[in-house]
Amino acid sequence: MLGRTLREVSVALKRGQVTPTELCQKCLALIKKTKFLNAYITVSEEAALKQAEASEKRYKKGQSLGDLDGIPVAVKDNFSTTGIETTCASNMLKGYVPPYNATVVQKLLDQGALLMGKTNLDEFAMGSGSTDGVFGPVKNPWSYSKQYREKRKQKPRDENDSDWLITGGSSGGSAAAVSAFTCFAALGSDTGGSTRNPAAHCGLIGFKPSYGLVSRHGLIPLVNSMDVPGILTRCVDDTAIVLGVLAGHDPKDSTTVQGPVNSFLLPSLTDVSKLCIGIPKEYLVPELSPEVRSLWSKAADLFDSEGAKVKEVSLPHTCYSIVCYHVLCTSEVASNMARFDGLEYGHRCDIDISTEAMYATTRREGFNDVVRGRILSGNFFLLKENYEDYFIKAQKVRRLIANDFVNVFNSGVDVLLTPTTLREAVPYLEFIQEDNRTRSAQDDIFTQAVNMAGLPAVNIPVALSRQGLPIGLQFIGPAFCDQQLLTVAKWFEQQVQFPVIQLEELMDDCSSVLANEKLASVSLKQQ
Amino acid sequence: MAVPTLRCGFSGSRWTFALVDRGCRHRTVATFNWIRGQSSVAQQPLHTAQKPRKGAQEWAAVVGLEIHAQISSNSKLFSGAEVRFAAPPNSLVSFFDASLPGTLPVLNRRCVEAAVMTGLALNCHINQKSLFDRKHYFYADLPAGYQITQQRLPIAVNGNLAYSICVGKQQREITKTVRVKQIQLEQDSGKSLHDDLRSQTLVDLNRAEGQLRVDANVSVHHPGEPLGVRTEVKNLNSIRFLAKAIDYEIQRQISELENGGEILNETRSFDYKLGCTVPMRDKEGKQDYRFMPEPNLPPLLLYDSTSLPAGADPQQVIDIDRIRETLPELPSETRARLVQQYGMLPEHSFTLLNEVGLLEFFQNVIKETRAEPKKVVSWVLNTFLGYLKQQNLAVSESPVPPSALAELLDLLHTRAISSAAAKQVFEELWKSPGKPPAQIVSEKQLGLLQDREALEELCRATLDGHPQVVRDVKGGNPRAINKLIGLVRKATQGRAEPALIKQILEKQLSSPAP
Repeated sequence: MLGRTLREVSVALKRGQVTPTELCQKCLALIKKTKFLNAYITVSEEAALKQAEASEKRYKKGQSLGDLDGIPVAVKDNFSTTGIETTCASNMLKGYVPPYNATVVQKLLDQGALLMGKTNLDEFAMGSGSTDGVFGPVKNPWSYSKQYREKRKQKPRDENDSDWLITGGSSGGSAAAVSAFTCFAALGSDTGGSTRNPAAHCGLIGFKPSYGLVSRHGLIPLVNSMDVPGILTRCVDDTAIVLGVLAGHDPKDSTTVQGPVNSFLLPSLTDVSKLCIGIPKEYLVPELSPEVRSLWSKAADLFDSEGAKVKEVSLPHTCYSIVCYHVLCTSEVASNMARFDGLEYGHRCDIDISTEAMYATTRREGFNDVVRGRILSGNFFLLKENYEDYFIKAQKVRRLIANDFVNVFNSGVDVLLTPTTLREAVPYLEFIQEDNRTRSAQDDIFTQAVNMAGLPAVNIPVALSRQGLPIGLQFIGPAFCDQQLLTVAKWFEQQVQFPVIQLEELMDDCSSVLANEKLASVSLKQQ
Repeated sequence: MAVPTLRCGFSGSRWTFALVDRGCRHRTVATFNWIRGQSSVAQQPLHTAQKPRKGAQEWAAVVGLEIHAQISSNSKLFSGAEVRFAAPPNSLVSFFDASLPGTLPVLNRRCVEAAVMTGLALNCHINQKSLFDRKHYFYADLPAGYQITQQRLPIAVNGNLAYSICVGKQQREITKTVRVKQIQLEQDSGKSLHDDLRSQTLVDLNRAEGQLRVDANVSVHHPGEPLGVRTEVKNLNSIRFLAKAIDYEIQRQISELENGGEILNETRSFDYKLGCTVPMRDKEGKQDYRFMPEPNLPPLLLYDSTSLPAGADPQQVIDIDRIRETLPELPSETRARLVQQYGMLPEHSFTLLNEVGLLEFFQNVIKETRAEPKKVVSWVLNTFLGYLKQQNLAVSESPVPPSALAELLDLLHTRAISSAAAKQVFEELWKSPGKPPAQIVSEKQLGLLQDREALEELCRATLDGHPQVVRDVKGGNPRAINKLIGLVRKATQGRAEPALIKQILEKQLSSPAP
């Protein structure tokens, strides 16, 4: 049952083939079993069981709230949750229990979803590996998959367990949680690729909505002008279901767009001949692994062979994206982190000689090196004497980058097809050879320009590498054409038939559940 | 934090503007529910130093004011939390006001409208697009570590306020103009309460406690020379202290410079007990506020009738022209109308407007009485206001309602009573509120002596009793008759009209004695 997609399990719930409580307990069992992945910071077992109980009552009365009623979900630990500790994987917020729910969390709960827990991340979402949080790194479930182990001729979990892979980040906990079947959908956040990057490394759909489509209220900010809540699921239709619940104007977030939101249910495309797919030439970089490059090219060929127009396009300012992002990101970080002073909430040091000394020590103890480094850089860029030379210039470059996309979409391109990451997930020990900043700069290369432009983008897992690890490709659409983008992504998903992760050996007592899957799926298809 | 307000923007409210002489240099200070404005006095320096001593060069002072005025709104500029005076500390604090992570500002529509209206009243150019900025500094009562303000592109700019003052013995009226540099919406900081005994600081995040706060930037220079170094006197909360602080600061700077000293660019506070300014303990040294755009608030867009999108929802947009229509009559217009309509002196129009509720009282009396407007002005400004001042009462606390004064003035107008009797009736009205003037007149027998024969008899008796005065009149001193008139009035207890008395006396003096 846990191996199903959200939509499938939703049907099973409606038919009474499984109850919300059963589903919840199975997920909780699996969360415990996969604790070593470090996907969750907090497991909200009690609350989830209560929510399941309430959901079960609704089903019995025939008063289901909809597709999400009774569905276990997980939420990245930088979304505020009433009564549940929200840490941002930082010492600064250890013990901080928000008195309110983020709008997206509230919307999920209002639809009857079961909140299993809060997932791990890089501290304050600053990173691309989910390795730099105070609760330790997240392990990629694919490290323990049959597909990967067979290639590496290793046992599911060898004794020293030293060559595990990173999930990517910063929403690695959410990606691991969905990938390891502990929930059916998870919320990530995406500022420079933080949802799409781990989705690519964990073989998931990772969707970044248009900026302004989904409320940020309650999301503890990294870069307000680029942050969006992201969605991680195992198939595109599931993403559309969750997006349908989350999207829409929020009076508490003035940057969300007004007006009614259409349904995000996706039609099944049968004909792509009217589509124009753009291949940005600047994304073909020397660092791109040959395998990813080859898959990218095959994907383009697939569209081409099905009658779509595929053309090379140019996003000429792409190369300035990383440095531009660095200035804008750190500046907003410096500002956003100013509130963590130990006075109102979160960590406070023992020093009380003076307010200033208390601030300084609290912030030194509370933030890791990455966060402190970004605060320092950001404050430097915002200094009066530097503002024109850095911040203003970066804003101008940001506009040029955004205009690149506008120009391409105005030239008749419907969606862009690009790699999501340079290569598949790397082992942790290899990843930490480089510092966070270098890693982030390399890993965000294909994803981060999209955040500058506020566009919707989605990672679709395509195939396994020779090592048996997922490789994903990214589709980028025009602003607020999220549904159109997902429709194309869904067609592509159906073409590539990405294999399901095989964790049977890891979760032996769940294998009986997984064995039933095929029957259930067949019966679904007969509908 | 549900915010029943504007959806295109933000939460707490205020604005600021400053009045500046020439060089407009101002800084921003924080407030929730405040408008902050910066204005400048253009032509003549507002304050000039005393007459130069012989041989000394003349000094000119330049004064710029940064005025923090609280917006009269039910909730804060960027949050739905209530605004209420003297509420218990931290009882009106939303999650946003406490800067909980993840909360976002939502602009209060009412505050935007108030800012636009203020801009219109001060003849400002209203920017149809304005922006919000973050101003950063660490302080215990600033929980976000920054304050949301409008540094780069404020809601209103380039205004002016003309005002008149009466000078000299003849109360000559001069009109002056203050330039308004900008009006900006700005979030209030919290309030720090220092407990020196326990070395503790308590922070109240309710904010918006004071109605008005002014920072004055002052410099002096010799006319024709570059402007002097400026100091900023902060946190002045009454007009009286503002004037005192500026006067003191100008004198201090002049004597400092004349004694070979120099003026430091510093912030000072005004010690209202000693009446002097003193340097403030510099909290954080020289500040770089690291301004940056507030990313959570889109540009604030306003419309006028030409730019209003067709079919726009009136709840979603702010129409400058509609606000202009609701603008009340401005004080200068009211004063001009009063002078023109009632023929009153300009200084009287000032008095009527400067006392809260007095204009309304005056207008209500005018509405109900047949008495001449000049008479009404005189009674309201002299008698009525005199009584109020003497007892330190506000107009709203007056025991005499406008209708009673109107009735009294009618009695006077129809010559039912004399002016002197009217004063007595007024005093009685004040003492026994609710008693109709006519009743007082009859009870106290204050009615004008209508019986001409009786009056003639009194006059005759007076002439008989004062032969010397009669001789004076007849001997060529016509003014001596006033003494006789006074004597007759006294005898009637003020109930007879002096003009009539004079007429009878003259007649009796010119006719031969019976």
